[in-house]
Amino acid sequence: MAPLPEGTATHCPYCALQCGMHVTPLEIGQVEIDQVEITPRDDVPANQGGLCQKGWTAGALLRSPHRLTTPLVHGKPVGWDEALGYAAARIARIQDVHGPDAVAVFGGGGLTNEKAYQLGKFARVALRTSQIDYNGRFCMSSAAAATNRAFGLDRGLPFPVTDLAEAGAVLLAGGNVAETMPPFVRHLNPAGLIVVDPRETATARLAALHLQNAPGTDLALALALLHIAIADGHVAEEYVAARTTGFDAVRDSVSAWWPERAERVTGVPVAGMRRAVAMLAEAGNAVILTGRGAEQHAKGTDTVTAYINLALTLGLPGRRGSGYGCVTGQGNGQGGREHGQKADQLPGYRKIDDPAARAHVAAVWGVDPADLPGPGRSAYELLDALGTPEGPKALLLFGSNPVVSSPRSGHVAGRLAALDLLVVADLVLSDTAELATVVLPTAQWAEEAGTMTNLEGRVLLRRRAVAPPSGVRSDLEILSGLADRLGRGGVFPDDPRTVFDELRRASAGGVADYSGITYEKIADQGGVFWPCPADDHPGTPRIFLDRFPTPDGRARMVAVDHRPPVEDVDADFPYYLTTGRLLAHYQSGAQTRRVADLTEAAPQPFLELHPDLADHLGIRPGDLVRVTGRRGVTEATARISAAIRADTVFLPFHWEGPNRLTNPALDPVSRMPEFKVCAVNLAVVGGGR
Amino acid sequence: MRGIVVVGNGMAGSRLVSEVRARDKKARVTVFGAEERAPYNRVLLSNVLAGTTRADQVRLHGPSWYADHDVTVHLGTEVVAIDRETRCVITGDGRRTPYSVLVLATGSEPVVPAVPGAERAIAFRTMDDCERILAAAKASRRAVVIGGGLLGVEAARGLAGRGLPVTLLHLKGHLMDRQLDHEAGQVLGDTLAGLGVEIMTGVTVTGITEGKVELTSGHVEADLVVAACGVRPVTTLAHDAGLHVERGIVVDDEMRTDDPAIFAVGECAQHDGQVYGLVAPCWEQAAIVADLITGADARARYRGSRLVTRLKAKSVELAAMGETHLTDADAEIVRFTHRRGGTYRKLVIRDGRLVGAILVGDPATVGTLTQLFDRGGPLPADRAGLLFPSLSGAAPVSPSPVRMPDAAQVCRCNNVTKGQIRACWEAGARDVAAVAAATRATTGCGSCAETVGGIVEWLCEQEGASA
Repeated sequence: MAPLPEGTATHCPYCALQCGMHVTPLEIGQVEIDQVEITPRDDVPANQGGLCQKGWTAGALLRSPHRLTTPLVHGKPVGWDEALGYAAARIARIQDVHGPDAVAVFGGGGLTNEKAYQLGKFARVALRTSQIDYNGRFCMSSAAAATNRAFGLDRGLPFPVTDLAEAGAVLLAGGNVAETMPPFVRHLNPAGLIVVDPRETATARLAALHLQNAPGTDLALALALLHIAIADGHVAEEYVAARTTGFDAVRDSVSAWWPERAERVTGVPVAGMRRAVAMLAEAGNAVILTGRGAEQHAKGTDTVTAYINLALTLGLPGRRGSGYGCVTGQGNGQGGREHGQKADQLPGYRKIDDPAARAHVAAVWGVDPADLPGPGRSAYELLDALGTPEGPKALLLFGSNPVVSSPRSGHVAGRLAALDLLVVADLVLSDTAELATVVLPTAQWAEEAGTMTNLEGRVLLRRRAVAPPSGVRSDLEILSGLADRLGRGGVFPDDPRTVFDELRRASAGGVADYSGITYEKIADQGGVFWPCPADDHPGTPRIFLDRFPTPDGRARMVAVDHRPPVEDVDADFPYYLTTGRLLAHYQSGAQTRRVADLTEAAPQPFLELHPDLADHLGIRPGDLVRVTGRRGVTEATARISAAIRADTVFLPFHWEGPNRLTNPALDPVSRMPEFKVCAVNLAVVGGGR
Repeated sequence: MRGIVVVGNGMAGSRLVSEVRARDKKARVTVFGAEERAPYNRVLLSNVLAGTTRADQVRLHGPSWYADHDVTVHLGTEVVAIDRETRCVITGDGRRTPYSVLVLATGSEPVVPAVPGAERAIAFRTMDDCERILAAAKASRRAVVIGGGLLGVEAARGLAGRGLPVTLLHLKGHLMDRQLDHEAGQVLGDTLAGLGVEIMTGVTVTGITEGKVELTSGHVEADLVVAACGVRPVTTLAHDAGLHVERGIVVDDEMRTDDPAIFAVGECAQHDGQVYGLVAPCWEQAAIVADLITGADARARYRGSRLVTRLKAKSVELAAMGETHLTDADAEIVRFTHRRGGTYRKLVIRDGRLVGAILVGDPATVGTLTQLFDRGGPLPADRAGLLFPSLSGAAPVSPSPVRMPDAAQVCRCNNVTKGQIRACWEAGARDVAAVAAATRATTGCGSCAETVGGIVEWLCEQEGASA
């Protein structure tokens, strides 16, 4: 066996901060033992030598007993040939009978750029299906839609994360970075931090100002903040005149959102709103950030738009040390939304209904543009259609666990069960893989190379540090193997670098242009910010400094209005449910729930509720509480805390259960479901221990 | 071609038009506004008077909005009659506009005090009024505001804020008597007095002459007189058309008049015996009518509104909601008064629900209490926590290393307890770096570094003390 590299410089497998870390296989004598040592890198600006518990313990999953090492068909271990052959034959038969769209593909925002790209190409070229989308639709889509609309381009942070240190004030709407990506906090100055959240989260406790709004009212709050900014004379007149369009209509639209009106809707005191605006306006440099709390609503796009309007009115975007940004969640949430695993998109952030984009990509792929399918269903609409007469009969799932993570998850599990064929590629038997016809065990993170684009839009190199266990294959190998068996062999290479070189050509000339990025340049520069359109181009750390990539070079302000949650509280379901994350877990928990240190830190779901509400309902700490909504029921033990509003309860969503209740009502622009607010009722089912 | 015709382009009428367009991009909509101006937010006129908002910042729709949204607008055009027979409205120039659905949003008009010289007073209702008052204020040395209701208080505060000596006259025994109890009115009066508004309550104006407002006994000098004596619904058009009119145009739960093709919304409408003068109910009504006439929600019904009055005046925090006049005999009352400090807080609770509240001088709890009032949420057994949120559920202050239990989590990012840090110290670690290397504490967000340093220091001191 060839000696393994020591101390490989790579990045964390989890969130979009992509903390730098060294992975070192441990040896005794000359013998490698089944452990790796992880140490933080201090040469990566994002984490500056920090790591959270998830990062420190990431190695535990490399040799976990939970790893799958052999394919399964109907639950029985089989060889790779048999598994791929079976899947390909079933796919071919289903497409013969029902047409190409009868087979769907679902991807993930944790997949490398190479995999995301290859998955999109596989769907369009090997399967010729329009039915592909991914879990990033549940994550970044509202911010992406709003920033595309306003700026003509969507890159989570349009500046290096270290620029945040230059901002005198940062408003974070609906984000809990102290739990989701702790080292991010190192870039924030607590004295200038404003946090908007229905809960007094770990992040809110760090902040100088916490605006504790009712769930589903972020948009009203943003409109009132803009109203105050205008009334108090904080309009950056010259900037607005030179760099934006649409201000007059936006100004007129927020005259209906005077702060006292918004106070009644949001519950946020007028004085707090005024202080927030004063902090932003008087800081010199200021940044407005949004997270899932503000975005995961059926009005998420408009909420982000309202915050962008505020940023533009104050003259922030395109000024160094200032701006608007969204805090991307999944590890490759940025790159994953750029290269074609989204229903309406082709590589390079191209639109699939744009004839020029189709011609360019078809040429790279060596196919006729007319043979490329058009736009397909968005994530929830796709999951909802599975196994229906009009919907797909087969699904290929990579890097996602929708049984836990999709809204109305009980219904989604039912749709998955109704499929003729469910193929799941994963490294463990996830909640969704348990339902699969065919399970394909994959390599992970430190076992394969690839690129990730972090929350800054910086393309990073993930290096292979250890060999995968025998019996597993990489996602690229799986796609290649399936393509061969579907008669589309030869155009799906399984080597990441070869795939990346093709991705570069496919993205050339697109919005997210990677054509000048190479693995060597990433290694030399410590990452490359897209767009990077030429070999001799260094990348673009700060976009928007001179102009916005819209036809007229100006940012577009769009008037929006508030509306209540799609499902408001009533007599039957009198409390708001909101969901969120815990420090010890990542996304659906498929990985982190299998790491002992993390399950010790956060062993089970809990229901957070306010002491007044607990008193009213006779709930004591540790009681098992049944949470009932219109779409489902779940149970969790009570954790009583004054950190949450008395009209709202909170469930962390890393376990199967909470999302049975969440509302699949979709944003009309982004198709984002309304994860963050629905109405529930509570009942004690058992006493505490 | 017939379509939706709206008479009135004020707060209710303009809102109705927006709500219709938000639901139906195609419906044919025509709106008549008596004012020449594009619609503006009347609620903000007090701010314009006070100088905290500019006149060009209160517009609800710009001139291009109507073309952009395919709405026909006739500004400065009064509708003088409704021909219900042929379903047409008739404007002053005799032009007839047919309707399939007519919505009356004719609003209300200021009540002018019935005293000699009343014409010398300027009402405070429209942007034109606001501009006249501001122009007159420039040349004035003393102002009088007649009427100590919400609008009068805001106007007086606004003029005083511009440096003009102001006297506020009120007929009843205390200010804002419809919303406030006597004590709250007194605290409000004190607060306004501290801001340069002279308050006279229990006074009746008998006439207005050059430079003077005459009272039953004595007079007040003033070269600017503003009348804020309430409003009355504008119902002539409806009345002349034979619609059922009492104090306002009588409507049912669909906001429909006794002619099924005609609706009324806003301050001109009377629903369940009630005429509303606040904007929130008017906008709720507009949304209901929009739901019904566009077919967006055929089951939409208006069931009345909960009233919240929130004063908008710099340095005067006041909110009043619901049944504020109940006493201990009818309800559970929780009250705190600190007159010298300008604070008065009163909660009215019935059947465990907040049914009314007065909050003077208390900006922090208004949001929470308003939402409890609106939604009837559960109240804590300890009512004091509602008035003083900091008493209950306050975030614990960062505990000292001495009193922190061993099980307390110090580093959230790496789930490290004080006990683990102690164990690490006992194993030889003597500074933060050594503790970090052994436990990973401080290596996440870094914000616990000070606490970890404190614990290590304390342990070292303990060692020194016991050595």
